[in-house]
Amino acid sequence: MVVNLKKFTNKPELFTGGHRLCAGCGIATIIRQVLMAVENPVVISNATGCLEVGSSIYPYTSWKVPWIHSAFENSAATISGVETVYQALREEGKVAENIRFIAIGGDGGTYDIGLQALSGALERGHNFTYICYDNEAYMNTGMQRSSASAYGSWTTTTPLGKVGRGKTIRKKPLTDIVVAHRIPYVAQAAPGHWRDLMTKVQKALATEGPSFLNILQPCVPGWRIEPHASMKAAKLAVETCYWPLYEVVDGVYRVTVKPKQKKPLAEYLELQGRFRHLLAEEQQPLLDELQADVDAVWEALLNKSAPAETKTKEE
Amino acid sequence: MAIRVAYTGNGACAQAMRQVEPHMVAAYPITPQTEVVEEFAKFVADGKVKTKFLPVESEHSAMSACIGGVAAGGRVMTTTASQGLAYMWEMLYIASGLRLPIVMGVANRALSAPINIHGDHSDTMGARDSGWVQLYCKTVQEVYDTLIQAVRIAEHDEVRLPVMVCYDGFSVSHSLMDLEVLAEEQVKGFVGRFTPRYPLLDIANPVTYGPLALYDFYFEYRRQQVEAMATAERAVREIAEEYASLSGRRYSAVEAYRLDNAEVALVSLGSTASTIEYAVDRLRDEGVAAGALRIRTFRPFPKDAIREALEPLKAVAVMDRSESLSGWGGPVGIEVKAAFYETEARPLLLDVVYGLGGRDVGVDDVREVFGELKKATDAGKMSDPVYYLSLRE
Repeated sequence: MVVNLKKFTNKPELFTGGHRLCAGCGIATIIRQVLMAVENPVVISNATGCLEVGSSIYPYTSWKVPWIHSAFENSAATISGVETVYQALREEGKVAENIRFIAIGGDGGTYDIGLQALSGALERGHNFTYICYDNEAYMNTGMQRSSASAYGSWTTTTPLGKVGRGKTIRKKPLTDIVVAHRIPYVAQAAPGHWRDLMTKVQKALATEGPSFLNILQPCVPGWRIEPHASMKAAKLAVETCYWPLYEVVDGVYRVTVKPKQKKPLAEYLELQGRFRHLLAEEQQPLLDELQADVDAVWEALLNKSAPAETKTKEE
Repeated sequence: MAIRVAYTGNGACAQAMRQVEPHMVAAYPITPQTEVVEEFAKFVADGKVKTKFLPVESEHSAMSACIGGVAAGGRVMTTTASQGLAYMWEMLYIASGLRLPIVMGVANRALSAPINIHGDHSDTMGARDSGWVQLYCKTVQEVYDTLIQAVRIAEHDEVRLPVMVCYDGFSVSHSLMDLEVLAEEQVKGFVGRFTPRYPLLDIANPVTYGPLALYDFYFEYRRQQVEAMATAERAVREIAEEYASLSGRRYSAVEAYRLDNAEVALVSLGSTASTIEYAVDRLRDEGVAAGALRIRTFRPFPKDAIREALEPLKAVAVMDRSESLSGWGGPVGIEVKAAFYETEARPLLLDVVYGLGGRDVGVDDVREVFGELKKATDAGKMSDPVYYLSLRE
C-alpha cells in the first residue's frame, strides 16, 4: 500500500480552514492527512479536547464529514453505538455505502479518562479505527500533565521549583496496552512523516475489526515551541527514536521508518521549552538516563520486529 | 391477539423491548435490573429479535453508545438502576441536550452509601432535572404499557427528548403480576418505523453533532428543551389516548383515586399507590373521607393537574421515596408545595419521607399517615412539615 501525493492534492478538503486551532498546531496537520487518506465515506466521533473545541464552535463547523462529539471519555463508546446501528441498518438494506468509522481523542481522552471505553470497544471488536493525537499533556485546559507526559517534562501540574523537577513518572505505554488487546492493526505515527502516517491510516481503515493509531502531535504552547517548528519537532521525535514509527499487524511488529542515523535525544529536547531545564549541566546524569531509556526501547523494538517489507521513503 | 401471563416487572420490560425490537440495545447489568439484560440477550441468542445487543463495559458507555446509535439513525434502548444511572449522569444531560429519543427502563434502587440494593427513588429523582421525560409505573402491566408508549413520546416530532420509564426495584421488578401482552404486530404498528432526524449515516448530508455553543447560543438551546418538555405533556396525553384505544388501558399524567368528596389524601409515585389505594378503601368503609393521587408523569411536572385535583382538600401528605437532603424534605413534596404558591386556597401539606433503602410500607403505615393528616386538620396546621415514616429515631 503506497500513497500517492498527486491523487491526494486533487481531493476536496474534508477538514476546512477557519478552525480555531493554534497556528502551527499539529492536530490540524494530522487530521488533514487522515482525511486525505480515507477512500470510503467515514463517520467520526470526537472526544472533548482541542480538536473538538477548535473545530466546532457553533454555528460553524470545520467538518465536511458526519461528526459527533458527546463527551470527553467516551469517543470509543460513542462510535460503538454508531457502528452497531450501521450494521443493523445495513442488514435492513437501509444503508448501502461501505462506511468506515473513526474515533478520535487526545492523550487525555485516550490514555487517561477514556481508557476504559477504548478497551471495551477494542474487546468487543467493533469495526473502527481509533486515532489518538498524543500531545503529551492536557493541552486544551492549559498544559496539565497526563499519563502520556514524558519523563522530565514541565507541565503546569508538574512545575519546576525548589523541589519540583517536572514529571518524575514514565509515560504510560499505551501502544503496548492496545497491542495486548490482540486487535488486528496497531501503529505509531507522526505527522512529519506524512507518507508513513497516511499509509497507516489506509491500512487501519482497510482492516476488518478494530485498529488503533497513536500519533505524536507537537503542541506549540504546550511544548513551548515556535509555530513553524512543529513539523521539525515531529521529525526529530522520530529521528531520535523518541517516538518510533512501527506497526503491529496481527501481532507481528514491523518498524516502518528506521532513521539512517539515530540522532541524540538532546536534539529533540533542546527544541522544546518544556525540556529546557534538562539541558543544564547538572542534569547530565538524568539526560543520560533518558537517552539510555530511549535506546533500550528502540533496541527491544528492533529485536521483536520483522524485517522491513520495503523501505519507506520520506521527504 | 393479546395474551394474559404472569410476569415480573423486569420480564414485562424485556417483553416490551422484544416487541418494539429496536435496532440496538446497549446495556450493562445491575441489580435489580439484571434480568432485563439477561432476557433480552436470550431473545437475541434465540433469534427472536434482529436487534443488535451491545454488551458494553459500563453504564457510561451504555448511554454513550445509545447516543451514538440514535444519532447514527437507529432506534435504541437501554435499562439501568441506581449506581448505574448515577454513572450515566453526565451522558443523561448530553442525550437530552442533543435531543435524542432514547428510551430507558429504570428499576428504581437506592443510592450508595451505604450500598443497598432495594427500591427507593433516590436514583431517578436525582436525574429529575436532566431533561428526560420521567414516567413512574405502579404495576407490571404499566411497565409494559409505558415502555411501548415511551417510544412514541420520545420520537414525537415536537418532543425529541429521551424518556425514562421508572419502576420500583424488587416490589415491581421482581414481583409476579398479571400481564396482558399485546400481539407483536399491534405493538409494531403502534410504535411504527423509526424516523431518524439528521442521521450521521446520511453520508450525502454530513452533520455536526455536539458542537461547542458558548454564551451566544447555549441559552437558546436550553430554552428549546423547555419548549420540548412543555410539548411532552400534550404528547404523553395524546399517545396515552391512542394506546387506550389499542389496549383498553388508559393512563394519565396524574391518577386520582376516590378523590371525589375527599378531605384528606396521599400523593405518591410508583407501586406504593397500590398499598395506599387499599388503605383508602378501608378508611372509606370506616367513614373517613380519604383519597389518593398518583403522579405518573413526574417530568414534565403536571402542576395544573395536581392543583386541580388537590385544591379542594383539607390536608394532603406527599409520599417521598427519596430525600433531597436540602433540609426540607423530599423532591416531590417540595415541588407539590411550589405548585400551590399561586393558588388562593390550598390544603395543608405534609411531606412524608418513607421507604428509603427498600424499607417496607404497609397498610398500617399508610393509616399512620392518614392519622397525621387528621391531627393536622383538627389543629388547622401541620406541626412539622416533614414526617419520617417507619423510622427509628
